[in-house]
Amino acid sequence: MSFLTERLMEPKLDLDPDIIARCRDAAGAISADVQRFAAGRTSVSIERAVLRWMGVEGGDADCIPLVNRVVDLQVKSGLLSHGVSLAFAEAVRNSGLSPSDAAMAIVEGRLALVGPDPDAMEAARVVARLLASQGAERVRRAVRTRSRFIERLGEGSRPLLYVIVASGNILEDTVQAKVCAQAGAQIVAVIRSTAQSLLDYVPEGATTEGFGGTYATQANFRIMRTALDEASEDVGRYVRLCNYASGLCMPEMATLGALERLDVMLNDALYGILFRDINMQRTLTDQVFSRRVSAAAGLIINTGEDNYLTTSDAFEAAHTVLASEFINEQIALCCGLKPHQLGLGHAMQMNPFREDMFLYEVAQAQMAREIFPDSPLKYMPPTKHMTGDIFRGQVQDALFNLVSVMTGQGIHLLGMMTEAMHTPHIHDRVLALESARMISTAARHLGDEVRFVPGGRVQTRARDVLARALTLLQQVRDEGLFGALASGRFADIKRSMDGGRGLEGVAVKAEDYWNPVDEVLDELIAEGAKEVAQ
Amino acid sequence: MKRDEPASRILSGVDLHKVGPYGDTLGDGLVQVSFSLPVPSGPESREAARRLAVQMGLEEPQIYKEADLGYGFSFWIIYGKCRHNVDVTRIVVPKLEAVQLSFDEINDLVAAEAGRRLRIVGACTGTDAHTVGIDAILNMKGFAGEYGLERYPAFEVFNLGSQVSNDILLQKVRDLKADAVLVSQVVTQKDVHLGNLAELVDMIEAESLRKDVLLVCGGPRISHEVALELGFDAGFGAGTTPRLVADWIAREWVRRKVLPA
Repeated sequence: MSFLTERLMEPKLDLDPDIIARCRDAAGAISADVQRFAAGRTSVSIERAVLRWMGVEGGDADCIPLVNRVVDLQVKSGLLSHGVSLAFAEAVRNSGLSPSDAAMAIVEGRLALVGPDPDAMEAARVVARLLASQGAERVRRAVRTRSRFIERLGEGSRPLLYVIVASGNILEDTVQAKVCAQAGAQIVAVIRSTAQSLLDYVPEGATTEGFGGTYATQANFRIMRTALDEASEDVGRYVRLCNYASGLCMPEMATLGALERLDVMLNDALYGILFRDINMQRTLTDQVFSRRVSAAAGLIINTGEDNYLTTSDAFEAAHTVLASEFINEQIALCCGLKPHQLGLGHAMQMNPFREDMFLYEVAQAQMAREIFPDSPLKYMPPTKHMTGDIFRGQVQDALFNLVSVMTGQGIHLLGMMTEAMHTPHIHDRVLALESARMISTAARHLGDEVRFVPGGRVQTRARDVLARALTLLQQVRDEGLFGALASGRFADIKRSMDGGRGLEGVAVKAEDYWNPVDEVLDELIAEGAKEVAQ
Repeated sequence: MKRDEPASRILSGVDLHKVGPYGDTLGDGLVQVSFSLPVPSGPESREAARRLAVQMGLEEPQIYKEADLGYGFSFWIIYGKCRHNVDVTRIVVPKLEAVQLSFDEINDLVAAEAGRRLRIVGACTGTDAHTVGIDAILNMKGFAGEYGLERYPAFEVFNLGSQVSNDILLQKVRDLKADAVLVSQVVTQKDVHLGNLAELVDMIEAESLRKDVLLVCGGPRISHEVALELGFDAGFGAGTTPRLVADWIAREWVRRKVLPA
């Protein structure tokens, strides 16, 4: 059992294990399909991530990332399908330059980017492996540092309270993050500048301007991690850092998160497809690489199916969230993630004036808890029915806090009374944290003391949602995930196989495709599995 | 105050020339404010918070909560008596007429006067990703028990979704020969939505499309008055139902057809 779900919860919903098993079967078949599809492809963002693992950092004179410039050259030569690693390793080998200097030399035309001759192939492979293993060493160090922090300081009781900062200025964010930590936050997420997910590059450097959020950059990751390390020492508790491995740069974001010791990353291709209109072939391919990186780096991933309820009705569409959790779970497990790394998303989004809404939300949250007992689950607060009436909003959030603690959720996103108004003010978060802490303390063992009436409203609702999830999963299995997305099975949104952004950056792998990172990821994942076993 | 406000809705004894906040006694002026200061809590910052409240126009400010948030911040909840008041009788606010037509009447009006469906393009523009507002108005399902515009036979709706740039929106308006454009701005930072909306008006004028489309904006921070200032034809704030928007579009379109500007 993982530290995130340490309390063994006695099942209370009398769910049929056979139906749950059939859901997993269907989700497993769906996931195997996706896995097969992705295994045969690479993308510009995967290749850029590979270069980052191999040590390429920084940008050219115009601040365009070197990894973009190098991979673009490979694309221009029509060689994306072979991957960039061998050609790049050969350039490093021939020049004796550091990876970043070699990349700069390539960009400036002083060094050629061509694949090794057949007789140099093995030598290039050795260099490529060596470079990738240096990246792996950095990731190992990050994992060790995190473990030591948590051993020494702990991270407080569950659910882990998760808040968001989003000032646009990373320096301002660090101050707000520290105030949050002091007020009890256990995970701090830095919301990205709006529409960053649609950029096909990761901006360079520390940034102080953004809209609705702060750009995710390697420098910003470092700055915030340092600030949270300081805050962790101040409050005597490890504070986790969260960002987004999503959008067109998903594999790179996961890589930067692994290198810079982020702890939690949002990662969900389905979210990008549905809500950001990113091409499904691109992002499902990218997601497999990203999830393997997260598995290797001990990151917790958060999935985004809770968002379906922002466009669909929360009561009617509850089963779509559950079905998506099953799919996300199976895809994640295939990528080497362990159950304790899965913050599967769900949310409290029902109309607060619906009679017995609280019971239905308890049923939903308890059901997710029982079906995914070893995963922390990421529980999202009300947003759809938040109005700007801060007084009412505080009550809605209090109900949410109560459901969360009584059903043993692992990761608890704090609702803000000012949801739907503006990015939270500094005291909005403090008040939300105060409320969540009060309620989770006051109701700490409520879940242990409560049983549901057999065949009553809560049990019946949970069973009904589970049964509908099974039907949906079987439909999705029959038409395939791509087909299901095209027919609008999730969030009432339809997306086509070739539509959306980023398809031009996908290539079917050539027969000789190879990169050294897949190998080091296998090693890191195996090491992690051994540790968990111990 | 609406001129036709029934007297029965006005509290007896209230002086409409001097209206101020009400706590529990007419004229007490009581309000609460809460804010953070970028200084640690302590006697000096407490006095600073009190003086700020006085400068806000609050007499006898009472500090009920003082909290040190750490890292140089403090939080304050203060009650005080607002010494300002306003003469409600002198206020004139431009506003939209109340809804007059039903779902069927709107469809019938458009069928009779236009003889075709009116094309409506909607989007959440700029950096805003919150489509909850535009979806509530446009989606089939609607909001608050009323169907959204997609359900009206009178309209052909193109919902472009979120984070649409003004360029793209303009192009769609041109390509689809839109009769009305609905722009939603829900969550924005540092008033970026105002610049964004004004830019759209400029762009549409530059393309000489301004006379051909009804420009409508909506969102919790939008009012009809703000919309007019920005150069839009109408603005809808919080609590707007789809029928209110449908009614306005249908009647305004017809009015312009009959009485071109």
